[in-house]
Amino acid sequence: MGYPANFRYTKEHEWVKVDGGTATIGITDYAQGELGDVVFVELPKIGAKLETGKSFGNVESVKAVSEIYAPASGEVTEANAELTSKPELLNSDPHGAGWLVKVKLANATELNSLMDGPAYEAYIAQKGKEASA
Amino acid sequence: MDSVTSSTQTELRRTPLNALHRKLGAKMVNFGGWDMPVEYPSSGGLMAEHKAVRGGVGMFDVSHMGDIRIHTGKTPGGALAAVQHLCMNDASKLAIGQAQYSAMLYPQGTFVDDVIVHRLGDDDFLLVINAGTREKDIQWVRQNTSSFDCTVEDLSDAYTQLAIQGPRAVDVLQKLVNTSLAPIKNYWFTHGTVCGLPNRLIARTGYTGEDGFEIYVPSDVATSVTVWGAVIEAGREFGIVPCGLGARNTLRLEAKMALYEHEISDSINVWEAGLDRYCKMEKGDFVGRSALAKASAAGLKRTLVGIETVERGIARDGYKVFDSAGEEIGVVTSGSPSPTLCKNIALAYVPPEFAAVGTLLCVEVRSQRIKAQVVPTPFYKRPKKIAPQAASTA
Repeated sequence: MGYPANFRYTKEHEWVKVDGGTATIGITDYAQGELGDVVFVELPKIGAKLETGKSFGNVESVKAVSEIYAPASGEVTEANAELTSKPELLNSDPHGAGWLVKVKLANATELNSLMDGPAYEAYIAQKGKEASA
Repeated sequence: MDSVTSSTQTELRRTPLNALHRKLGAKMVNFGGWDMPVEYPSSGGLMAEHKAVRGGVGMFDVSHMGDIRIHTGKTPGGALAAVQHLCMNDASKLAIGQAQYSAMLYPQGTFVDDVIVHRLGDDDFLLVINAGTREKDIQWVRQNTSSFDCTVEDLSDAYTQLAIQGPRAVDVLQKLVNTSLAPIKNYWFTHGTVCGLPNRLIARTGYTGEDGFEIYVPSDVATSVTVWGAVIEAGREFGIVPCGLGARNTLRLEAKMALYEHEISDSINVWEAGLDRYCKMEKGDFVGRSALAKASAAGLKRTLVGIETVERGIARDGYKVFDSAGEEIGVVTSGSPSPTLCKNIALAYVPPEFAAVGTLLCVEVRSQRIKAQVVPTPFYKRPKKIAPQAASTA
């Protein structure tokens, strides 16, 4: 699966897609692969304030819980309700139907420090090399 | 997002099949100091591996397990006496070719480790022990058998141990051995030729709650890889998949089989763990017996129960358990979604007054308390075999 060039990516494997002042946030294909079968997703309520680098929810696979960190600050305007009954969307379509929340960004320039698609691909390729070393 | 798998370090120990697991693209984790596969994306991952074992067949590399042989010294009977002293079950009841679940205890009646004792001969036993406790166990066995006339051998590095598990395991393995597997009952074993290798231990044992076998072959890489490949090839028609420690954990949890440092440990005693039926107080003295007699008289302070969350959430290892009034009463030892039951199940220690099936409890899942209920265990029991038509009409 490719990593869209117009998304921005964190080192903790979240992605952000900006559309005007609103950002959609999810976890990357690499992240879902590392997690394995996702069985539970816990997301913030609408109106919740996200703070850059702080945990805003959890994704659980059969074997572990992983926190999700906010790639940028802002206010939650929508949470993906479909994930309650279909958490497996995070595995099957992490960059699309498996999105987590939509956020009204507090400061869009925060995203400038994140990686773009090619930079993120290089980053995970490096991680893969370390793991097999 | 946190990375689930901690990056593996070079000082981790490796089984002879390590390179093969990596070649298969397995996700590797540090398990008790061993670099082990947790799941194989090429098998479809943990959930698919779990289902393969329940419905068909799967294979696990369990070469990290330890093996201790205790056999005759100068006079016959020394090894049996040593095993009887070391382990809580009654090894004198074993026939040659039979195995039993047992445990080695500290003098205070808590667990050094749980073990499977195989009786190889009149005065010849093989103890299969856990990976994470190998060194401690071997030291413990040597110390506590020094006054017995027996020989203790650490054979842990001599074997590659493969667990072939699931209702079709017998069909797969039958293609590779020169002996009939059908007469081998659960927890019995034989020696036979496996993949052309003579005199290999073939045991109808496992850690999945399913029918299956564990085979012990020489631990050199070439032999290990050849046998692994032969089992995969023989199992192809039955849909065999390599399985990792992730599925091993969910399978054993559904079957309520104990895991060291979770349901059993050096601070949990036999009665608390509910392993009474494997502990034979009447067989004579053994390490831990007098403390257990005292504990029995004093009464249980906590007991292991099965719970199921009734609200949305997964109870996991270490989570706190509360009664319905909000009082903290215990802790979860193992918890996971159950791939077979599609429920979130867990084992937990609670005071006996909360152990009745149906009792409502709460589990603290990250600052939130969610409702759970005590349920019967094991969570999963394998279906009884239906007698073949021919046999029932005969």
